[in-house]
Amino acid sequence: MSTLLEVNKVVKQYGDYVALNEVSLTVPKGSIYGLLGPNGAGKTSLIRIINQITLPDSGDIILDGEKLQPKHVQYIGYLPEERGLYNSMKVGEQCLYLAQMKGLSKAEAKKQLNYWFDRLEIQGWWNKKVQELSKGMAQKIQFVVCVLHKPKLLIFDEPFSGFDPVNANIIKDEILALRDEGATIIFSTHRMESVEELCDHIALIHKSNKLIEGKLDDVKRQFKTNSFEVGIVSDNVEGLMYDITQKFTVGPANFKSLSNELKLEIQLGNAMPNELLNVLTQCGQVTHFVEKIPSVNDIFIQTVSEK
Amino acid sequence: MSIISLIIKREFVAKVRNKSFIVMTFLSPLLFVGIAAFVGYLSSMKAETKRIAIHDESGLFTNEFVSQNSDKSEYKYLDLSLIDEKFLKDSITKESYEGLLLIPKTTNVADLESKVQFISNDSPSISFIENVQSIIANKITKINLERAKLDTVAIKNAQSNVNISLAKASGEQSVKGLNEIKIAIGGGFGYLIMMFIIIYGNMVMRSVIEEKTNRIIEIIISSVKPFQLMIGKIIGTSLAGILQFFIWAVIGLSLMFAASLFFGVDVGPTAKVSPELMQQAQNEFAGPAQMYMKELWNLPIASILIGFVVYFIGGYFLYSSFYAAIGAAVDNQTDSQQFLLPIIMPLMLSVYVGFFSVMNDPHGTIAVVFSMIPLTSPIVMLMRIPFGVPLWQIAISVTLLFATFFSVVWFAAKIYRVGILMYGKKPTWKELYKWLKY
Repeated sequence: MSTLLEVNKVVKQYGDYVALNEVSLTVPKGSIYGLLGPNGAGKTSLIRIINQITLPDSGDIILDGEKLQPKHVQYIGYLPEERGLYNSMKVGEQCLYLAQMKGLSKAEAKKQLNYWFDRLEIQGWWNKKVQELSKGMAQKIQFVVCVLHKPKLLIFDEPFSGFDPVNANIIKDEILALRDEGATIIFSTHRMESVEELCDHIALIHKSNKLIEGKLDDVKRQFKTNSFEVGIVSDNVEGLMYDITQKFTVGPANFKSLSNELKLEIQLGNAMPNELLNVLTQCGQVTHFVEKIPSVNDIFIQTVSEK
Repeated sequence: MSIISLIIKREFVAKVRNKSFIVMTFLSPLLFVGIAAFVGYLSSMKAETKRIAIHDESGLFTNEFVSQNSDKSEYKYLDLSLIDEKFLKDSITKESYEGLLLIPKTTNVADLESKVQFISNDSPSISFIENVQSIIANKITKINLERAKLDTVAIKNAQSNVNISLAKASGEQSVKGLNEIKIAIGGGFGYLIMMFIIIYGNMVMRSVIEEKTNRIIEIIISSVKPFQLMIGKIIGTSLAGILQFFIWAVIGLSLMFAASLFFGVDVGPTAKVSPELMQQAQNEFAGPAQMYMKELWNLPIASILIGFVVYFIGGYFLYSSFYAAIGAAVDNQTDSQQFLLPIIMPLMLSVYVGFFSVMNDPHGTIAVVFSMIPLTSPIVMLMRIPFGVPLWQIAISVTLLFATFFSVVWFAAKIYRVGILMYGKKPTWKELYKWLKY
């Protein structure tokens, strides 16, 4: 998988405050790349630098093999977190204007707009003024404006805020469809479940530094503690507990199940899962045996609170 | 289509379609003409005649006053010398007449210089008192002359009336009152620039604030440079402004024309006059009127117009970049007040300097200095140009103006670039300074 966007040791200072401290990222082509971090970590600063809204103090950015330059705004679609539209302008005119600013010809912009308005079933909105639309409707328009010029790189900052679950799902499907058509997506959000669902790569920025970056699976592997959730039905609970605690660290577990079994969370340390299974099968009937994989949420909280 | 022209077009269309813009464009001239007509109507109304009672015990002045009475005069003098003084005083309070002029009996006329009294409830107008004084003084003078056995007619003939005629060193004849015309022309253009800056500068600022509060700004500047957006906004707004001024001029002129037809007054005396009559009239008026016309045509009209365009562009762009930067720095219009003061001050200053010192001495130190300072030069220099300004001064002033203009645009663009992305707090001057270094 080749790289679409490379951020090399980017530094950005506002006065004495360091917003980004030598941050480097590698965003592979065709990926959905989750950019995570607590409030004020420097995500928006980084996104603005990639969009050439502000310039980095040092470091450089390579987009598709070329150093970032003004013409690249055409290849990037940006949906900012703080977003809005001209209230007194008609939807159609406004979209045409914004599309033309991204370098589309008027005819091409019209064609694309018709396609997207059909696709999202909002044809009737063309002559409405933005002030007549609800917040969610306006968000849909902003999404269209962001993807209209078929950008290679899409940057979404909290794309789902303001959407009801149905519309959030529509937008999610559109994002996946865009990825399948070859776009690369940078996705900044605080909603960890959508990261879990959509992203294949993540990076975590905290206090102006990048702490974690990689494939989501690799990051999870790195963070897993080799512990297992176990459910077991046994006649001899005391003997069982004695046997396990000899070899492993044991704690209570909480998972949903239908039978009334003993629920444990067992830390294997350096042992292999089969060793645990061998012990368990000798003592009773195993009903549940699952490796505990850290969620993005766990990783986020653990990393942020460590530092 | 280039991006800047796209932005200009959008800004222009957005302004022109705005309902309040349309209403203002068509209502203001109506309002203006309406007010003018109302004032005209009021001043044409005949004022209520005021009755003045005269109690003249000397018997010398009654005729002088009563002979002034006519249908058109504002004051009607009544000879009430026979009625008791005390009764007259009482009837003032009952307001059967406006005031009472008391002239006591005296043997020495000179005593009257300080003994005449005017009694009224409301204080009389200054012009009325001056008029009364001069009537009395003339009469006393006449009496004194007669007593001295001097021939009043001979004295009148001996008095001379001097009228100095002005001429330039180049030998051309000149006319008095031309300075007033010159200051009116320069002042008119200067005032126009000031109005334009205040109205449309504010419009630029509002439009920047709108983009900030709408939160569309980040979407836009991910496609265009903030500088392009700012310049496009300023040019688009000024085009809308020029259109508005143009419509105002057209409507105003046609309303004036319609009004003059309606009231039967000729707009210009030449309108219906045949060439022969005109020739005749010109011969008759040869002298002052023709000289005025000649002087007007002798004014540096080309340099006034070119100066207007150059200073208009320089001044408007200079100030509207300030307005744009302020709009970017604040979140709403109420916060803009503290930053607006330093902009309004030089504008006001230049109008005052223009009217007071340029009129007194168009080439004096104050006028020259203020016509060099970039913030005041667009207005002050325009007022000086009709008086004839050396080319080198104009060159320095324009160079300074445009040099400042470019640096202010650069400086405003920096504040603008940072400011448009700052939400939620009112910046201080110190913070604005810090933004320059981001």
